[in-house]
Amino acid sequence: MLIIGELINTSRKAIKEAVKMKDANYIQQAAREQLEAGANYIDVNCGTMVNNEVEIMEWLVNTVQEAVEAPLSIDSPDPKVIAAGLRLVKYGQPMINSISDEKERFESILPLAVKYNPKIVALCMDDTGMPETGEDRLRVAKSLYQKLTEAGVPDENIYFDPLVKPISAVEKAGIEVLESIKFIKRSYPKVHFTCGLSNVSYGLPNRKILNRLFVVQTMTMGMDGYILNPTDKEMMGAIYASQALLGLDSYCMNYLKAHRKGLYEA
Amino acid sequence: MSDFTKLAEAVFRGDFGSAGQITKEFIDNGTDPLAIINQGLIAGMDIVAPKFKAGEMFVPEVMMAARAMAVGMELLKPLINDVDIPSKGTVIIGTVAGDLHDIGKNLVAMILESGGFKVIDLGVDVSTDKFVEAAKEYNPQVIGMSALLTTTMIAMKDTIDALKEAGLRENIKVIVGGAPLSQDFANQIGADGYASDAMSAKELCEKLAV
Repeated sequence: MLIIGELINTSRKAIKEAVKMKDANYIQQAAREQLEAGANYIDVNCGTMVNNEVEIMEWLVNTVQEAVEAPLSIDSPDPKVIAAGLRLVKYGQPMINSISDEKERFESILPLAVKYNPKIVALCMDDTGMPETGEDRLRVAKSLYQKLTEAGVPDENIYFDPLVKPISAVEKAGIEVLESIKFIKRSYPKVHFTCGLSNVSYGLPNRKILNRLFVVQTMTMGMDGYILNPTDKEMMGAIYASQALLGLDSYCMNYLKAHRKGLYEA
Repeated sequence: MSDFTKLAEAVFRGDFGSAGQITKEFIDNGTDPLAIINQGLIAGMDIVAPKFKAGEMFVPEVMMAARAMAVGMELLKPLINDVDIPSKGTVIIGTVAGDLHDIGKNLVAMILESGGFKVIDLGVDVSTDKFVEAAKEYNPQVIGMSALLTTTMIAMKDTIDALKEAGLRENIKVIVGGAPLSQDFANQIGADGYASDAMSAKELCEKLAV
């Protein structure tokens, strides 16, 4: 299970302020907190800083790495920003977040996926638009898989993101994702999955219960990575419990360890 | 004599069966189509808006209400001239170049339409040129641009600049929306407004389109 901590993102007010003030302490605290809460990767996203995203990505990557020795997920649709982040990464195998099958984006990001041997989030969308059905996503996943593996990217590095849409606006958005995971996993048993969950509950009340149940449902289908807020102890509880229930947690050791550390709530 | 409240309530409840049925009854007994629209269908949507804002109604309910209204409108359209359909103004809407996200944009289009605007939906991946051409063709009060990516939201500024260059900016208000956007960003690129959800977009259009 790969937990990518999402908190260092300049679309969040506090992070934006910290970046503006060059408040390294605040950023480093956010990184530490997420690792202590159970994150494996720290996502770094400064996409809202359109005027100097490269420079800020560099500052964030350096700042985080001064505080923690954790692998980073370099999060931007812009290849220049991803390249700048990857160049500075020091610890473990980095992650690119993300590539897609949109021609321009694919071609510009692929060389980075080859050069740095990172894990890579592959969005199941192409130039024809957002996918609707599970079959749509499988079609895009197939195309991405072929091109990525031909270029030398190993299966294990690929993290397909089926793209989660709000069920409030698209009735079948939840089941579409569950089916996509099933279809893709059947074709490519060694690839991984990741997604951002919270989209699913947009426009509805009590979003937390929807997000939490969707974690359990997607995990049941084989999703094994999430970008989320790891300090959300109820969400983490759903993940630890679900892993144990699915037989993915030998002797329930993770569930118990997390319990002793107080990492989740029932 | 006509009880428009029932129709308004059917729309508000998202009961498209009843909305169609009651509209038909009004048509059959010779009620003025414009009255049916204004006092029945639009009145129904007017109940929805504040409740959505107050967090008492949610996106799926708003969509059902809009659909109920559309069912009534479809029945009434053949009975009236296009020009007579009450309109608060024309809004051109689209997701900007390089961006294929359409859910938010579609929601906004639907809410505007059911709120009494004429909506020209240009779809996704709409180039600056397309926006400008459409602006010339339809002469809208408002252009609404959507972007879900931080890399594509910059295209909004290009469109605003192109509208200026074409001499169209004076008479057209530009509003923007989408997950990575903010009021700050809207100000920065010289847009006239930012809306964080479909209902605020409608209110913004009502304010700007006069």
